[in-house]
Amino acid sequence: MIEHIELFFKSIFIDNMVFAVFLGMCSYLAVSKKVATAVGLGAAVIFVLAITVPLNWLLDQYLLQPGALKWLGPEFADYDLGFLSFIMFIATIATMVQLVEIVVEKFSPSLYNSLGIFLPLIAVNCAILGGSLFMQSREIETLGLALNYGVSSGIGWFLAILAIAAIREKIRYSNVPAPLRGLGITFIITGLMGIGFLSFGGMLTGGDEEPSAAPTEQVESVETETTKEMNIEQGKSIVENTKTVE
Amino acid sequence: MGLLSKKDAKLITDPLTDNNPITIQVLGICSALAITAELKASLVMGIAVLFVLGVGNVVISLMRNIIPSKIRIIVQLIVVASLVIIVDQVLKAYAFELSKTLSVFIGLIITNCIIMGRFEAFALGNGPWRSFLDGIGNALGYAVILIIVGFFRELLGSGSLFGFPVLGDAIEKTGVYSIGYENNGFMLMPPMALIIVGLIIWVQRSRNKDLIED
Repeated sequence: MIEHIELFFKSIFIDNMVFAVFLGMCSYLAVSKKVATAVGLGAAVIFVLAITVPLNWLLDQYLLQPGALKWLGPEFADYDLGFLSFIMFIATIATMVQLVEIVVEKFSPSLYNSLGIFLPLIAVNCAILGGSLFMQSREIETLGLALNYGVSSGIGWFLAILAIAAIREKIRYSNVPAPLRGLGITFIITGLMGIGFLSFGGMLTGGDEEPSAAPTEQVESVETETTKEMNIEQGKSIVENTKTVE
Repeated sequence: MGLLSKKDAKLITDPLTDNNPITIQVLGICSALAITAELKASLVMGIAVLFVLGVGNVVISLMRNIIPSKIRIIVQLIVVASLVIIVDQVLKAYAFELSKTLSVFIGLIITNCIIMGRFEAFALGNGPWRSFLDGIGNALGYAVILIIVGFFRELLGSGSLFGFPVLGDAIEKTGVYSIGYENNGFMLMPPMALIIVGLIIWVQRSRNKDLIED
């Protein structure tokens, strides 16, 4: 249970799709002019991530990983189809997006009207493919965790686009230097928000921002409350270390 | 006149300045900024996109009359994905360390909006040679921004370029460090890439007033 909660908050705040790894920036910048449309796209992203990440987890586990084809028989145990991941993942995503569009249109026209126009956009949203690729590279262990990862990184993306849309609606009334208007100021605000989100770094894992944090997570989930508190103290120094490492 | 006619040359030079894919068209930011903490990674990313976009544009342009428009997105994705797999495998074979640094971001070239954007906007309606030039031009425009950002982040963040310390030794206190200069570790943090791009946009738009948005 604890690893679910940990992964959930970690993917929303610490490894936020937009602020930590810049995924889905294109649609983030293009569709964030109004809060209402931003909410629509954000919801669609959560929805699609929640479907594609577990699906690609299954593909990864039973087709793509080295030795994943063992279930076909012992003579397949040496096969490594890892180089096909990109094409498999993107094909899954493209078909799922198409399928979701058809299903939603059939069963819930009202949802389709609010999500509809965004769904085709999503097939080429980096956040979706990025979700699957990070799921693979972080070696997420169970289907449940993969689902959790999909949903929570979707929520992280949703929060980010909601926040920037609200700021952009307000900033229209401010006196921004002319050359910075529009795109420029949005970049800088996103950067500042990213700096803000950096401070979540020490929240769960004691400031460990390594991308391959999966093994350390396991160790820490066993730790008790008191060591957690100590970790926060250590976090500050570790954050400083990662600065130099990066 | 040489190799390129004036119109063709414009296809290459335009994206470098007034029609830059990153700062003007707002495409391809996704997979780019996270890897610009080092100049070397930025350069390799630029070359990878140059290859994928140049070849991909030609392939799509050759197929433009036989792709049914309903499934063109999937066809395009398959073409890009195959090219990216080639890049990924080559990097893994010849520059394994670098491919570890770039990790998933090579894969994310697939969903790089520049590539889909150029396929849709140019390759589907133009011949192979012009599409090739357009692909090269846009990829160069993308690479230029990456290299500028990578240059400043590596220089100010770690005091080196391509991994070579150019400002002296930070620990031994030689070079500029001897007069009290310090590396700004913050430049290596992801958000600084965004702020630097914001500043590039600022400079570019104050030099060319036509680009200012309302």
